[in-house]
Amino acid sequence: MGTVISNERLADNVYHLRVSGEYGGEMGQFYMLRAWGAYPVLSRPLSIHQVADDGIEFLYHVVGEGTELFAQLTPGDSINLEGPFGSGFPAVTGRVALVGGGIGIAPLLYCAREIPGCDVYLGFSREPFRTEEFRPYAAKLTVDVGGLILDNVDFAEYDHIFVCGPHPMLKAAQLKGIAAATSGSPVNVYLSLENRMACGIGACLVCSVSCKDGQRKACADGPVFLAEEVIFHD
Amino acid sequence: MINIGDSSSRNTEADLSTRIAGVTFKNPIVMASGTFGFGKEYAKYYDVNELGGISGKGLTLQPKAGNQGTRVYETASGMLNSVGLENPGVAAFLDKECAYWETLDTVRIVNLGGNTFEDYVAGAELIQKDADTRGRKAVDMIELNISCPNVKEGGIAFGIRTCDARELVRAVRQATSLPLSVKLSPNAEDIADMALMCQEEGADAVSLINTISGMKIDVRRRRSVFNNLYAGLSGPAIKPIALRMVNQVAKRVDIPVIGMGGITSATDIVEFIMAGAAVVQVGTYNFMNMRAGQDLLRDLRQFMIEENIASLDEIRGIV
Ligand SMILES: Cc1cc2nc3c(=O)[nH]c(=O)nc-3n(C[C@H](O)[C@H](O)[C@H](O)COP(=O)(O)OP(=O)(O)OC[C@H]3O[C@@H](n4cnc5c(N)ncnc54)[C@H](O)[C@@H]3O)c2cc1C
Ligand SMILES: Cc1cc2nc3c(=O)[nH]c(=O)nc-3n(C[C@H](O)[C@H](O)[C@H](O)COP(=O)(O)O)c2cc1C
Ligand code: FES
Repeated sequence: MGTVISNERLADNVYHLRVSGEYGGEMGQFYMLRAWGAYPVLSRPLSIHQVADDGIEFLYHVVGEGTELFAQLTPGDSINLEGPFGSGFPAVTGRVALVGGGIGIAPLLYCAREIPGCDVYLGFSREPFRTEEFRPYAAKLTVDVGGLILDNVDFAEYDHIFVCGPHPMLKAAQLKGIAAATSGSPVNVYLSLENRMACGIGACLVCSVSCKDGQRKACADGPVFLAEEVIFHD
Repeated sequence: MINIGDSSSRNTEADLSTRIAGVTFKNPIVMASGTFGFGKEYAKYYDVNELGGISGKGLTLQPKAGNQGTRVYETASGMLNSVGLENPGVAAFLDKECAYWETLDTVRIVNLGGNTFEDYVAGAELIQKDADTRGRKAVDMIELNISCPNVKEGGIAFGIRTCDARELVRAVRQATSLPLSVKLSPNAEDIADMALMCQEEGADAVSLINTISGMKIDVRRRRSVFNNLYAGLSGPAIKPIALRMVNQVAKRVDIPVIGMGGITSATDIVEFIMAGAAVVQVGTYNFMNMRAGQDLLRDLRQFMIEENIASLDEIRGIV
């Protein structure tokens, strides 16, 4: 059980939740959160946005019943957190770009802090949020509203690119990575996938991801996968 | 194992144990197939040896990749799953997971699924052969899953009509001397008939219920959210149905009933026991509470003390 420190509305349907307690985790890992009893049945996975001295932070988009209940939390309320789960982004060196689309920027702030000198690309369809928090860590910060953020990223420039965002963006990043490699600029593209989850720890197989070497679990083997490993079916 | 308290005659520790086909369950809480992996994942969060038992992820003779597309959808008080029996196959399980199972001090149940009649029988034979040659015991019981709604080829095809299932249960019974429970489908034409058939064919127990076939439509895309059209409903939403079926079956058969469906509390467990279950299984609740087994056991003990129940036998099947 954690205690809510603050739960601030940042933009249309986007909230920044801070929870006190001793919660750790690596960049790209996630927690299963529950701010209710029996219903909704499943807990909700949220990426670690930041690990702070006094607790842990999440950034979430209100899309349905569960996140709506999160949005109603006020300071002092208790919330159940289990985690950290999954294997997140690798600790890399070299030329690194972080690319986030919308709420997909959530796991990237922690990455920016851990990877000094990375370039950060943040894309939003409407109102941007939390962009200034990246500035102290980023060598270069690019914010785009209304366009396709990937268009701003030259894949040939980097050794490693971390991507988190909507499904079409992940697929596009995979293709761009492959194209860069074929034209002689091998780049490791890492995607953070958002498969629906139930157990969060690798026991139920509802989060299965088709990979080149067979089925993998988004919750336990991911959520971060090397883009070239993932087979997108749609 | 009833310890009478020193200063009073109230029991301080009720007897939670039950025997099924010579296998002792130290308490009635067994984790349901498909929701608990092979136990290892949850062992990081609490001591799974405290549990009465574990039913492992459903196995088939050949490895299965499972279904494509969306595999889970939440419903009112429940969830639909369309995993489609993704599993490493019987042989890989025996090779890789059984070493861990050997170390466990809880009842270990292999849940065996299949696509064809021959697959089921060959799977049971492999498990039997392994049990015969293995030094330390790793499998205490086979749970024959004839009721998975999420695989097209087999599974549920056997689980609907009693006459289709009879030959299968008979053949698997002949293939193994391990204790055998047959897991029944709530989608069966007559679940009590099916259970009676299992008893006649030499099953040691029946497990019920598996998930109930259900559906969810994405109205904007004008299609089912599941590639397989239908999926299996589990969780609190199905508890009343499961309880009724356990009661119907327990009244018809003489073999023990392993009851499950929507259990999320100690009182839910007591309801199933009162309805006639020997032990229960807990599935979806693991997703609501990572320490489900530990918490349910604590609460069940507490309930027994409060109600002054010394043994589950006192209340089993009383309704
Ligand atoms: C590893 C991981 C990390 C995530 N990190 C974040 C984050 O940092 N911030 C954030 O806003 N969102 C994040 N998501 C997505 C977030 O979990 C969903 O938006 C949220 O669960 C929706 O819940 P709901 O009850 O509001 O929506 P509903 O539509 O009512 O949810 C119904 C069911 O669908 C699931 N679901 C719905 N949308 C998604 C989705 N996009 N991804 C996965 N499951 C979904 C829910 O968990 C629930 O089980 C993450 C998802 C995963 C898998
Ligand atoms: C994700 C998931 C996977 C399942 N996989 C299996 C399986 O492989 N074999 C099986 O016999 N039952 C399987 N089941 C059914 C459960 O074992 C149980 O019968 C059912 O979920 C009802 O119990 P519950 O309401 O407590 O979950 C599965 C259920 C779920 C939710
Ligand atoms: S959510 Fe259960 S295995 Fe990934």
